[in-house]
Amino acid sequence: MNRNANKAWLYLLPAIVLLGAFLIYPLVDVLIYSVEEGYNFASQTYTGVGGYNYLYVLHDPYFLQALKNTFILVIITVPLSTGIALVISTGLSSIRPLRQLYQTIYFLPYVTNTLAVGLVFMILFQRTEYTDGLVNLMLGWFGAGPVDFINGPYWAKMFVLCFYTIWVVLPFKILVLTSALASVNPDYYRAARVDGTSRTRIFFRITLPMISPMLVYLVITGFIGAFKAYGDAVALFGTDLNAAGMNTIVGYVYDMLYGDSGGYPSYASAAAIVLFAIVLTITCINLLVSRKQYRD
Amino acid sequence: MIRNDEFAARQRGMQRRRRAGKLVTYLGLSVWAVVVLFPFYWMVLTSLKSYGAYNAEHTPVFFTLAPTWENYRQAFTAVPLGNYLLNTLIFSVLTTAAMVVVSTLAAYAFARLRFRGRNLLFGLFLSMMMIPSELVVITNFVTITNWDLRNSFLGLILPSITSVFYIYLLKENFEQVPDELYRAAKVDGTSDLKYLWKVMIPICRPTLITITILKLIECWNSYIWPRLITDDQAYYLVSNGIQQIREEGFGRENVPAMMAAVVSISVPLILLFLTFRKKIMQGASQGGIKG
Repeated sequence: MNRNANKAWLYLLPAIVLLGAFLIYPLVDVLIYSVEEGYNFASQTYTGVGGYNYLYVLHDPYFLQALKNTFILVIITVPLSTGIALVISTGLSSIRPLRQLYQTIYFLPYVTNTLAVGLVFMILFQRTEYTDGLVNLMLGWFGAGPVDFINGPYWAKMFVLCFYTIWVVLPFKILVLTSALASVNPDYYRAARVDGTSRTRIFFRITLPMISPMLVYLVITGFIGAFKAYGDAVALFGTDLNAAGMNTIVGYVYDMLYGDSGGYPSYASAAAIVLFAIVLTITCINLLVSRKQYRD
Repeated sequence: MIRNDEFAARQRGMQRRRRAGKLVTYLGLSVWAVVVLFPFYWMVLTSLKSYGAYNAEHTPVFFTLAPTWENYRQAFTAVPLGNYLLNTLIFSVLTTAAMVVVSTLAAYAFARLRFRGRNLLFGLFLSMMMIPSELVVITNFVTITNWDLRNSFLGLILPSITSVFYIYLLKENFEQVPDELYRAAKVDGTSDLKYLWKVMIPICRPTLITITILKLIECWNSYIWPRLITDDQAYYLVSNGIQQIREEGFGRENVPAMMAAVVSISVPLILLFLTFRKKIMQGASQGGIKG
């Protein structure tokens, strides 16, 4: 038995060593970093312990801008993408021919490189000296004036960011909802049809309650994912997000750590912990709300 | 008789309404399909337009009559795109291979071997799934820098190997293999390692393939860690390479060549997806990597 136990630990050793070095230790370390004041990256010394790093971050206009951008992004994309995914997967599950084809097409953005395809979106939305770009051409058909979505007004940029984010996250949501819809017991539908229930009523009284656990799951993971937005913004607006005024919280963390404005792991740690606290709070609220709904 | 007519008419009306509903559904679904596919069409189209032709278009043109491969030549010669692709391939394959070995061993220990504290340790592992990577990346950056591993494959790979979720997925799968097989093997004097290799892995091959593909996709698209840890072009992965192309370009704003690079980066993944479509979609619905 003892020999067996030793063997088990041997099997687990690589995983434990790697997780310890790159997951557990950093988790403790980031807390320590965040309270070390005046940390110098080159000499690895600090001047004191306290909450100054948090105060600095919370008063940094760049951080506040990032916070605002992230919240707007979350509030717009999470409900919208979940709603669109629900509409599309309901449509998908009501058809038979071509269903596989549509499913395959819808899933494509999931397997593409966010950075690379973001460049295509940039080209489509961008307005340069040579051309107004494709999206502006289409806006022109409806008589709307050309707008520079990449270097122009704030809400134009935010629109592209939200649009691209939704484009990227939809495949996962459609996939999850389609399989949730497929797993609803068909007997309920048959019974409802015998009773002559209307389609709308069936949707709201049977379908929606049956898939609501999956919807809750999608909203929670959607919130978490959207709060960590970064790659999409980089793809559209370049690495200097502060200059574009489109930085996100995660972007702020990395800018503090590395790059032209980097070298401040203490500030980065404090910002990362603030982000974690926000995500944790929102997730708890989500869970409480959804549990309360179940009880009602 | 009248009632019968009325009934038939109502039936016909319902049928017509249902057919109209179907039509609207197909129309709506097709609209979204176009929205999804259009960026792909546009990147391929632009990559085939010549530099001069593209810049002469004040209003974008939806097709090209003179496709050219010149942009692809440009993409692979003006910037080390081939090198980026090779780096990404090496990084993805090595990381995924290491992940599969480490996860298989750990999952086997959790699923088959008895030892004290097993449930406690597994609970600990599960709770690690909640740690966001943004929190730990800061220290990892410092660690790798201190170990002098920046701009090296080891530095890129080491922190990317472990994935608690895949250990969990494999463990669940391993546990479904009947215990009798294990006891029979023990009676025959088969060693654990041999049992794992000869029995468990072949039985659980579908899951192993799924997590391998998911990890490959994840590695191919990873951006943040490689960006932090490499500033030497010789170690750039495709995501960083494309960002470099975007910012510094081909000496001048060369959109068609940029799109050629984007196509070259996207094609391997799309081929992988089309080959393993079912497996990828099944695996992704179990636990997404982007959501």
